[in-house]
Amino acid sequence: MSSTTHDDHIPHEQAHGDHAHGDHGHAKPGFVRRWLMSTNHKDIGTLYITSAVIAGCVGGILSMIMRAQLMYPHNHIVSSGTEWNAIITAHGLIMIFWMVMPALIGGFGNWFVPMMIGAPDMAFPRLNNMSFWFLVMGFIFVMLGLLIGDGTGAGWTIYPPLDNAHYSPGIATDFSLFSLHLAGISSLLGAINFIATILNMRAPGMTMHKMPLFVWAILVTAFLLLLAIPVLAGAVTMLIMDRNFGTSFFEPAGGGDPVLFQHLFWFFGHPEVYIMILPAFGVISHVVSTFSKKPVFGYLGMAYAMVIIGFVGFVVWAHHMFVSGISTDSRVYFEVATLVIAVPTGIKIFSWIATMWGGSIEFKTPMLWAIGFIFLFVIGGATGVVLANAGLDQELHNDYFLIAHFHYVLSLGAVFAIFAGFYYWIGKMSGHPYPEFWGKVHFWTTFIGVNLTFFPQHFLGLAGMPRRYPDYPDAFAGWNFVSSVGAMISGASTAVFFYVLYRIFTSKEKLADNYWGEGATTLEWAVPSPAPHHTFEDVPVIR
Amino acid sequence: MNRVLGWGLGIILLIGLGGHAALAQSADPTAAADAYVNAPHDWQMWLPVSGSPMEARIDWLMKYVLWIMTAIVGFVGLLMLYVMINFRSGKNKTPAHFTHNALIEVIWIVIPTLLLAVIIVPSISLIYYEADDSSPYMTINVTGHQWYWEYSYQSVPGLDYTSYMVPDDKLQPGDIRRLSVDHPIVVPIGKKIKFNITSADVLHGFYLPSLGVQRYAIPGTVVTSWTIIPKVGTYYGECNQICGVNHDAMPIEIKAVSMDDYMAWIKVAQANYVMNSYAPHPLSSPLPVNEFADLAVTK
Repeated sequence: MSSTTHDDHIPHEQAHGDHAHGDHGHAKPGFVRRWLMSTNHKDIGTLYITSAVIAGCVGGILSMIMRAQLMYPHNHIVSSGTEWNAIITAHGLIMIFWMVMPALIGGFGNWFVPMMIGAPDMAFPRLNNMSFWFLVMGFIFVMLGLLIGDGTGAGWTIYPPLDNAHYSPGIATDFSLFSLHLAGISSLLGAINFIATILNMRAPGMTMHKMPLFVWAILVTAFLLLLAIPVLAGAVTMLIMDRNFGTSFFEPAGGGDPVLFQHLFWFFGHPEVYIMILPAFGVISHVVSTFSKKPVFGYLGMAYAMVIIGFVGFVVWAHHMFVSGISTDSRVYFEVATLVIAVPTGIKIFSWIATMWGGSIEFKTPMLWAIGFIFLFVIGGATGVVLANAGLDQELHNDYFLIAHFHYVLSLGAVFAIFAGFYYWIGKMSGHPYPEFWGKVHFWTTFIGVNLTFFPQHFLGLAGMPRRYPDYPDAFAGWNFVSSVGAMISGASTAVFFYVLYRIFTSKEKLADNYWGEGATTLEWAVPSPAPHHTFEDVPVIR
Repeated sequence: MNRVLGWGLGIILLIGLGGHAALAQSADPTAAADAYVNAPHDWQMWLPVSGSPMEARIDWLMKYVLWIMTAIVGFVGLLMLYVMINFRSGKNKTPAHFTHNALIEVIWIVIPTLLLAVIIVPSISLIYYEADDSSPYMTINVTGHQWYWEYSYQSVPGLDYTSYMVPDDKLQPGDIRRLSVDHPIVVPIGKKIKFNITSADVLHGFYLPSLGVQRYAIPGTVVTSWTIIPKVGTYYGECNQICGVNHDAMPIEIKAVSMDDYMAWIKVAQANYVMNSYAPHPLSSPLPVNEFADLAVTK
């Protein structure tokens, strides 16, 4: 089939000559061939971003249901505790594994890492395709985990014994656990692919110390995935064995220990936090530099700060377990190790500001998201330093102060970086400009919405409201109401985003190669917009 | 005629209720704790009023760290504002091209490190303070169950009872929805109380915000914490680790009373709790709400 199609299209190709970006020397594949069997890093990147948008909507709808339930005490939007627990579990899993990670790593990583290092594609294109479809299968499984029977109700941290065969007998929990395996395989294969690509396929002259910071970010992230995912896979496998094959890794009655699972989970879980935020750091560096029209300040410091964050991120996991009965000296160690991360993170923050210093800053939509990211990430980082104090965590662990903290670094951090990257690169990906006015409306509605949602949650946490509660003492009603109003505004801002998408894809306007001008200096701005099917006709040589 | 009957009934009811309440109060040794209730209040924006020296220390360190952090956030915010105003393209047409400044890079490593040291010193001393559960006056074994708590007093033989949330439809005047329980923990004021926390089924969280106590209840393991409550009163807490369907319906209530009242309570409790030694019953079944009132009537 392929050969005939190929031959048929050759005259068509020649007729178009240079202008046929997209398919020099190759047939234009049909829909199924292009999107279901894709081996092209840009198409796979597009698939990742599309699936992240879909998963983000599902996870977002779940959070709207949650905020609707919590708007008033004694509410009955969610009919039972079982349903509630299934919703919170699915919200956490979907947002982490099927929204943030695919958008930043699978989406922007696939699209721009090969382009930025001057490589023709990823090192293993078929593996790349497989990574994506594993993710889709994982998404189907996690949805089954939400929808079948009682759903999975152990929270995204899936701590045993609550999710063992006795307390969660339904098959839904098995689906959720297997969905983590599938997402894990997807991430692992993706990580191998990124490492092989970045280490081996850089264009001549593109030394490690000339790589753009986004590539550095993805490289460090890929190593974190490579080292952390197998630990999660081991823990999940043990859980599945406990549930189905009578082992007792985490069953006290059989000599197992539930705390062991917490250690394994967070040995993965803490690097996972940096897996979500390091690519965001990379995106922000590019956006800040472009719109300040200045090279990144302290490039090597920025790159190695990420390496240090990645490294130290592996030895701080038990700060999630300060109240799990770990020893006093362990608490001291994990507190100090955790606080150390504030230093390289500070280097990043101050270097971004130094990049802006002396620049000629244009406040286009991507820059608004990037500045929003920096400031809100600083707030999330500050509450992170508070929570790192084991003595304070005894008061704040698992309450809404923690919820506010990690939504400030993820919902207001990683998500802001995703949107910064989206507005920054959508012209390169689609060839059409986004509507500047509506992009700014999207930014401001989201900014107001998410801050109104999550800032009052600090107060709820200080007052002692625990997480994962569908109903709460009436004293917490006030701030919960404010928070829910904020969530509605954030929800409405999603409609603006879809209008922006509609405008982009119905736009007739074409963009130049480098539509941001002098500030944008990385290789993706040297190729046409949209980037052609084969990025580089000749191997680019750097300097 | 009807009206007279109505009034008569009303008066009888009132007398009955009043008498009942009076009787209940005189017989309940923990009644004094009702005078001071340390519970979350509407639009609360800060930690609870300290109910224990431990919470007071947490409160102090929280303010200390949060002021430092607020200063940092404020500094970064102002810096960004300054940059955004002074280096906007409208004002600064030609961008500079510097990318290095060794001095500033050293400063922004050294100063945050020093700030961390300033935080770490008092923070570590708090960790050791919180961990020091040595030589308690008494020890209470706390066991989490789906979905209630079980309290067993080590020094009082046989005193082992369960504590359920008062369901919404059984609330009495003075009860707090989702916080009040049928049988609170009762402790003497001013004494060091140690908690041996464990679970009989899944993970639970023994969380007492106003006392600064929080530990997971883990099956197969005993995790300890402790408190001292200087003031007579009622303190509340909640389960803070997801434990299933009724995770939000197993609060903790502690009544701190004088030593005399505590001793009196032990006698009442032993007479009742030991005999009744409640078998685990699901939330749906009728609960023995306000046990002391019932007790007073039967006496």
